[in-house]
Amino acid sequence: MNAAPQAVAATAGFDVERLRADFPILQQEINGKPLVYLDNGASTQKPQAVIDAVSNFYAHDYANIHRGVHTLSERATAAYEGARDRVQRFLNAADRREIIFTSGTTEAINLVAQSFGGQKIGQGDEIILTGMEHHSNIVPWQLLAERVGATIKVVPITDDGALDLDAYTSLFGPRTRLVSLVHVSNALGTVNPVQAMVETAHAHDVPVLLDGAQAVAHTPVDVQALGCDFYAFSGHKIYGPSGIGVLYGRRELLEAMPPWQGGGDMITTVAFEGSTYAAPPYRFEAGTPHIAGVVGLAAALDYVDAVGLPSIAAYEHDLLDYATTAVGELPGLRLIGTAPEKAAILSFVFDGIHPHDIGTVLDFEGIAIRAGHHCAMPVMTRFGVAATARASFGIYNTRAEVDTLVQGLGKVREMFS
Amino acid sequence: MSDLRELYQEVILDHGRKPRNFGPLEEANRHADGYNPLCGDQVQVHLHVEDGIVRAVRFEGAGCAISTASASLMTQAMTGKPESDAKALFEEFHQLVVGDGHCGERLGKLVVFAGVREYPSRVKCATLAWHTLQAALDDDGREVTTE
Repeated sequence: MNAAPQAVAATAGFDVERLRADFPILQQEINGKPLVYLDNGASTQKPQAVIDAVSNFYAHDYANIHRGVHTLSERATAAYEGARDRVQRFLNAADRREIIFTSGTTEAINLVAQSFGGQKIGQGDEIILTGMEHHSNIVPWQLLAERVGATIKVVPITDDGALDLDAYTSLFGPRTRLVSLVHVSNALGTVNPVQAMVETAHAHDVPVLLDGAQAVAHTPVDVQALGCDFYAFSGHKIYGPSGIGVLYGRRELLEAMPPWQGGGDMITTVAFEGSTYAAPPYRFEAGTPHIAGVVGLAAALDYVDAVGLPSIAAYEHDLLDYATTAVGELPGLRLIGTAPEKAAILSFVFDGIHPHDIGTVLDFEGIAIRAGHHCAMPVMTRFGVAATARASFGIYNTRAEVDTLVQGLGKVREMFS
Repeated sequence: MSDLRELYQEVILDHGRKPRNFGPLEEANRHADGYNPLCGDQVQVHLHVEDGIVRAVRFEGAGCAISTASASLMTQAMTGKPESDAKALFEEFHQLVVGDGHCGERLGKLVVFAGVREYPSRVKCATLAWHTLQAALDDDGREVTTE
């Protein structure tokens, strides 16, 4: 429709039909129609390589990790620690000890809020968040702020769904202790200029946590180039298992942070007179982790890197342009989030029809979208809507599926007008 | 689209587009707010109850076609009824939408919501106004949620 020649060139080597064949769940019909899965912002589907990695691990190599002297424990430990190396390479972290496995982005942020925040943020101190944060990057800070008497400052959103960077700069003061902000907005699709925002924060000696949940599957992330102090993401949003995620933390910061959960594997010695704690990353990994999830995550990162994040980014950008134009031609449709830099997420309201009704009618056409506040209620308030419908794209989505979405929206209008 | 029409029956679409008894109620003496945190839908139910009779019911708020139509039809079903009827009616309505197939005698027009039982994620849309009505009758002043 509107493919510029350079976009064609950038996506020429991207064989989406071959990729689709890697995802068994896509080969099915919903309500008698081929499944069109456009809810990747909520969670992505899994390629056979990830399913096999988890399944083979349980079938052949599973045991608890660390401390075991038997063969299976050694195999499982090697797989688990090998995955840590894999994540280190994926994020280009300087040191493998900077990679902590968590249950997901939410737990990673809670870890920083409780451990780093509990130690470094006190009465009268300030935390900077933005108006486009997911609830998981708001509530952990509110819990901390209530407990210690700190204050939260919020970077406002412009009308097109970008951050007001002048306002951001003006929020810093002598009591600012941390910036925590989203790399890519789940509700708007906005890609924030995080590298520049980290520079601004560092000029004020303020560390920065980046919530990368919506970013890692769509754009290459290099934590050293970004300069961030913490980076969090979830496995299930990058074609890996749910229940597993990562916190990257700069080593000097992690070394100084206290444990946040106590248990096995996070100690050096335990005695009733007092215990001593392991060094990072183990200090922050109490209890038996989601071992198979870690193995599946490593397989997912292998898969994504084999496809190549630069070509994924180019392909999805082309798809976003196509979808934005196609959906934008529907009368009565208003896109929420039209920032110049966007990931492949279309959030919209349509003709006064409630997003849940849109979602139910589209489901009947085999199309899976999300309807609601996307765990970003302040964003909904900012744009004066209770909820939006959201189509979010992944590596296996096609222009033909965008066309199906547009046809489906035509049926939605037919029913409710 | 015939199956989908079993959910979105003409009566539901009509009440969704043009809700009856929508707006504030001047003589109201009972109120409650209802909220569905899953979708952000909100409803306020206003009642005028006198001598144990629900003289008038009106509602305000924003929701999907199912929740708006449910609130609208509920106001019609309850107007002029003894407040003691509300509980029994809600029980029958709940049975209808959670799906044991039982259709109570009192339901009347409300049977158009039978299709909701095929869509578990939409049951809360259909019941939000009813939970809120119950809270208004109890008039305990707290916001009800569907969670």
